[in-house]
Amino acid sequence: MSQTTAPPTARAVKTKLRAEGISMIFRRDGKETSVLDSVDLDVYDGEFICLLGPSGCGKSTLLNSIAGFLAPTSGKVTIDGEPVTGPDPRRIFVFQERGVFPWLTVEGNIAFGLFKLPQEERARRIAYYVKLVGLQGFEKAYPQELSGGMKQRLEVARALAVNPDMLFLDEPFGALDSITRLIMRGELLRIWEAEKKTIIFVTHDIEEAVQLADRVVVMSARPAKIQQIVEIDIPHPRDISSPRYLELRDGIFEQIGLAHKV
Amino acid sequence: MNSLTQPRKWEKFFWPVLAAAVFLAFWHYAVQFSGSKIFPSPADVLNGIDELMKKGVLGSYIADSLHRVAVGYGLAVLLGVPLGLTLGWYPAAAQVVNPVIQMARPISPLAWIPLAILWFGVGDAAAMYLIFLGAFFPIVVASMNGVRNVPSMFRRAGRNFGLHPAALLAKVVFPAALPQIIVGLRIALGIAWLVVVAAEMIAVDSGLGYLVIDARNSGKRYDLVIAAMLMIGTIGLALDLAFRRLEKIKSVRWGFRLEA
Repeated sequence: MSQTTAPPTARAVKTKLRAEGISMIFRRDGKETSVLDSVDLDVYDGEFICLLGPSGCGKSTLLNSIAGFLAPTSGKVTIDGEPVTGPDPRRIFVFQERGVFPWLTVEGNIAFGLFKLPQEERARRIAYYVKLVGLQGFEKAYPQELSGGMKQRLEVARALAVNPDMLFLDEPFGALDSITRLIMRGELLRIWEAEKKTIIFVTHDIEEAVQLADRVVVMSARPAKIQQIVEIDIPHPRDISSPRYLELRDGIFEQIGLAHKV
Repeated sequence: MNSLTQPRKWEKFFWPVLAAAVFLAFWHYAVQFSGSKIFPSPADVLNGIDELMKKGVLGSYIADSLHRVAVGYGLAVLLGVPLGLTLGWYPAAAQVVNPVIQMARPISPLAWIPLAILWFGVGDAAAMYLIFLGAFFPIVVASMNGVRNVPSMFRRAGRNFGLHPAALLAKVVFPAALPQIIVGLRIALGIAWLVVVAAEMIAVDSGLGYLVIDARNSGKRYDLVIAAMLMIGTIGLALDLAFRRLEKIKSVRWGFRLEA
C-alpha cells in the first residue's frame, strides 16, 4: 500500500490548490452538525484527484467549499496562492448532467460562458468543443433531445470552453447506466490528457476512483476526515484486471471496512 | 375499443362530432317537446347570430371586448411579470408584500366594481381596470414562484461562469422560470376573458358581456343571449389554443411534459 502525501513523481510538483484545516459545521434548528473536521489537502498542478467516501460523508461539501460556493466554518483554501472567496470562471463546477441549461441548444450551452469573447473566437471554440466531446450533428439540439451521457459530455464541454485551469466534478456520472459510465470515464481521461486541467472528482465508487485518479483521497464517515491518500501508480490506459490495480482497489475496500465479497 | 390501440384517424373526428350532434338534437327536441316560447332552439340561435352579423354589431362588440382584454391583460403582464420576478429574486421583499398579495388575491375582481366605477367612472377604463386586477395577481404569483423554483444548481452554474446579478437574472433565472410564468400567463388570460364579460354587463354599453345583458333586458331575446354566450366560449377557446402554442417553443418546451 502506498500511502503518501508527497507529490506523485510522474507529474509536475507545483501545488495548485491547498486546503488547510477546513472544518464545516452546519447549524439547523439549533442543532450543530459537524460535516468536515479539519481537512488538509494539497492538489498538484495537472493532477487528477478523486475524493472517495460513503454517501453523505461530506465530500461534496468539501468540493463546494473548494469551489467557493460554501464558506467553511474555519480553515482556508488557496488556489495558486490566492485565497478562494467565491466561484470563479477559472474553475468550473460540473454537476450531474442536470446542470446543462434546458432552454439552450448544445451550441448555446457551450457558448454560455463565452460572452466576453468576439463572435469568431466564440464560434471557433464552440466547434472545437462540440468535436472534442463528440456532439457533432447535435449543435442545434436541445438537452431534452439528448441522452444522459450526451448531456454529461455537453456539461463538460461547456466547462472546458471557458478554458478553466481546474474542473470540479461532483459525482458527474452518478445518474448514468454502468456501460455509459465506463465510456464516460475513458472520455474524461482522454479530455484530461488533451487539456491538462487539474481535476477534483467526487465519487462514492471505489472502482471509478482507482480507474481515474492519480491519487485517491479516502474520506471517513461524518464528520469527514481524510483517512488515507492512495497514490495510483498505474499508467493510463489502466488494465483493470492487473494485479496492481486489484491490490490498490482491495486496499481501499479494506480501508473503508468493506469485505470484498458479495 | 382496446385502450392500447391507437384510435383510428376518422375516430378522432367522428366521436366528438357525434357527441355535438347528439347534444344539438337533444336541445332541439327538448325545446320543441316542451313548447317553450322563450327558450330558443339551435336554429333560432343561428338566426340570431346571422341577425347580429347583418346589423354589424357582432364584429364591433367582439373587437371592443378583445380591446379591453388586450389593454387590461397587457398592463397586468407588463407590471406583473417584473414585479413577480423581483419578489422571487428578493425573498425579503416578498415577505413584506406577500401578506397584501395573498389577501388581495382571493377577492373576486367583481367585488372591485364599485371602487372601479368610483375611480374611473362608467366606461372602458373601469372595465379594463377590473380585467387588470383579475389577471395581475395570478401573473405576479406565477412569476414569483417561477423564480423561487429555479434549481439552485442553475444559479450556481451561472455564477460560476462569472455572471453578475443582472446577467444572472436575464440569462439564467428568467429562462429557467419561463415555463412556469407562461402557465401563469395562460391562466391569467382565461381569467381576463371571464372578467371582461362581467365588467361589460355593468360598466359599459358595448362588447359581448353587454350583448348578453342587453339582449335579455331589451325584449328577452334569449336567442341573442345564447348567441353571445357561444361567441364568448368560442373566442375563449381560441385564445387558449393560441396561447398553448407558446408552450411548444423549443426554449420553453422542456418545462412542459408534453413528450417523454
